[in-house]
Amino acid sequence: MKKVLSMVLAVLFVLTAFVSCGKGNETPAVSGEGNNAATEATLLLGGIGPLTGPAASYGQAVKDGAQLAVDEINAAGGVNGMKLELNFQDDEHDAEKSVNAYNALMDAGMKLLIGTVTSNPCVAVAAEAAEDNVFLLTPSGSAVECIKNDNAFRICFSDPNQGIGAADYIAENAVAEKIAVIYNSSDVYSQGIYEKFNAEAAEKNLTIVAAEAFTKDSATDFSVQLQKIKDSGADLLFLPIYYQEAALILEQASKLGLDVKYFGCDGLDGIIDQLGADKAALAEGVMLLTPFAADADDEKTQKFTAAYKAAYNDAIPTQFAADGYDAIYTVKAAIEKAGITDANISASDLCDALVKAMVEITVDGVTGEMTWDASGEPEKTPKAMVIKDGSYSAM
Amino acid sequence: MKKALSISRKAGDRYITYLLLIVIFVGVQSFLNSGAASRSFKGLLIPTCAYILAAMALNLVVGVSGELSLGQAGFMCVGAFVGSLFSLLTEATIANPLIRFPLALLLGGVVAGIFGFLIGIPVLRLRGDYLAIVTLAFGEIIKTIFNNLYIASDDTGLRIAFSVDAFNEKPLAGNATYYIKGAQGINGTPQDSTFAICMIVLLIAAVIMLNFMDSKQGRAVMAARDNRIAAEAMGVNVTRAKMTAFVMSAFFGGVAGVLYSHNLNSLIATKFDYNLSILILVFVVLGGMNKMRGVMISTTVLYILPEVLRALKDYRMLIYAIVLIVMMLLTNSKSVRAFAEKVTGALKPKKKNQTGGAE
Repeated sequence: MKKVLSMVLAVLFVLTAFVSCGKGNETPAVSGEGNNAATEATLLLGGIGPLTGPAASYGQAVKDGAQLAVDEINAAGGVNGMKLELNFQDDEHDAEKSVNAYNALMDAGMKLLIGTVTSNPCVAVAAEAAEDNVFLLTPSGSAVECIKNDNAFRICFSDPNQGIGAADYIAENAVAEKIAVIYNSSDVYSQGIYEKFNAEAAEKNLTIVAAEAFTKDSATDFSVQLQKIKDSGADLLFLPIYYQEAALILEQASKLGLDVKYFGCDGLDGIIDQLGADKAALAEGVMLLTPFAADADDEKTQKFTAAYKAAYNDAIPTQFAADGYDAIYTVKAAIEKAGITDANISASDLCDALVKAMVEITVDGVTGEMTWDASGEPEKTPKAMVIKDGSYSAM
Repeated sequence: MKKALSISRKAGDRYITYLLLIVIFVGVQSFLNSGAASRSFKGLLIPTCAYILAAMALNLVVGVSGELSLGQAGFMCVGAFVGSLFSLLTEATIANPLIRFPLALLLGGVVAGIFGFLIGIPVLRLRGDYLAIVTLAFGEIIKTIFNNLYIASDDTGLRIAFSVDAFNEKPLAGNATYYIKGAQGINGTPQDSTFAICMIVLLIAAVIMLNFMDSKQGRAVMAARDNRIAAEAMGVNVTRAKMTAFVMSAFFGGVAGVLYSHNLNSLIATKFDYNLSILILVFVVLGGMNKMRGVMISTTVLYILPEVLRALKDYRMLIYAIVLIVMMLLTNSKSVRAFAEKVTGALKPKKKNQTGGAE
């Protein structure tokens, strides 16, 4: 008994040492930030996104993409003589944790925020950032409310814009007439797109013959929805969802013998990898509106993809990574435009300067050429891609 | 367990809890006023209070009445949405948050309590694990309902729908405002929660719950928990006793939800999932069933721990899990308990340490 007890106590001691060690590291790191800023002129950028939990892949991709851009910029001498540093915090795709992460970053002396990655946490953090007047640039928070405040801008398309864009594209190019939709009714992104797609489709005289919903708790079996769609005689299936579920839908649809065209939004990027080499043929002919595709053949994308692969064990960058990458370069452009050279500038002053600069800059990023207006919405054209021979090509 | 119960019977023990809450309140508030508090510290206060209240409320069911409830997040969800909706609708008419917020708290609590009553009617007559099954289902149902609920106002008045399609068929006319927008939830809840209000609510809740536990009804609940047949033989109306505890738990769960939702600008129903119920249950189990002070401490520690561990980056959730497992093992191990008893016994022979030295 005594042995067991001493073992347990020993473990506990080691653990406390670990924990207090962590605490110990934290304090000097925070105060060290100020010192660094004074001597080396480092501008601390905050980042927030899910690094754990079900949405972790998005947060990790944004973080990796952003870190790549930061490293590139620092290697090239920084921005106006200032080095950049990215402090990326986990929010577990939860609004409450996201606000906690934001507070922690503010304590650490963050000057501006890249984030948050996911929509709902972004809305909560945006309210806090607006109150503190901290510049917020979300790489991929696509809900409308994310950027309703003056200090907030975004890189990706908003959900409604994607829905409208998709309906317009289908109507203008006469891709199909009878449309079926499968969307995730428990997801902000999916529901937001579907809502506007539905409204726009009615205006463009497209017929929606079936609209089937699923939730994140029932995201594995789509046979009921697919059977209904088969019965409805649709000739196009619109999938405003993420690639994980879309891959399942493609597999189950092919088993069911459903013969329709597929059309999706930027969430479908990554579907080829999700299906894997042996099933990649299922994705043939899938159309998607996306600002980024890793194997597009323009020079910028190829350079980015190569650098990303080299930095992260041959991982293929997703649209999220591209958004993160572009966010950092956008910040760089805005800082240069505003002529900020003092890394000790207060976050609020920096915000005022950057908000003015944002509407004047043009960024030619890997997700397209972007300009912004005061609403914070980026102006860029979605690229329609089709999957052909296992890779994306422009339509 | 029996020994601990007899201690919590004593009124003196209640006053220690109240005193502890007041001391914490005064201490933290003066720390806040001094301006030395970091933003993380300030930001953690309100959610911690909300979770403490939710965990204390759950303790009424799990600890006091001995039934397993897996639906605390569902009651929080009801409270959060009802409270937020009320605040949004009355933001213009009742401008003073000090009047509006208590009303929201009360309303959220009452509606959650009504739901608790409705569920309790069939379930609390049964024996065994039925409550766990039904509350689990209830939590999921509530989450799904709020996930699909649309409430908007336009020139024709308030409109409620369970699908976005309803608004496409008959679009909102004129000055349209969404209050609840399906999966996108409620945005723009006025941030009325303050630390002072939270602590006052917590204190009131502690007074009510602890007095209840020491009351005739409370004793009846515990008697029914320890031996249902004996309690029935003694003339205790078991269903009524359990129902009182359950409805009270639902009420305070709802109040906790209102506190929670008025701290964040955006609120979505998927937050209140099964995992949150389990999290609150973990707070209760670790703090000690039937022990309100233990629950307060365990909730605070477990909620703050992942935030304190942020500096460890990728390892923090790993360490959180390890700490959780070690604490569970330690508090449950006989040798450690004996050791803790020896230590505390040396200091104070009569009183037993409440969590067996979990820290």
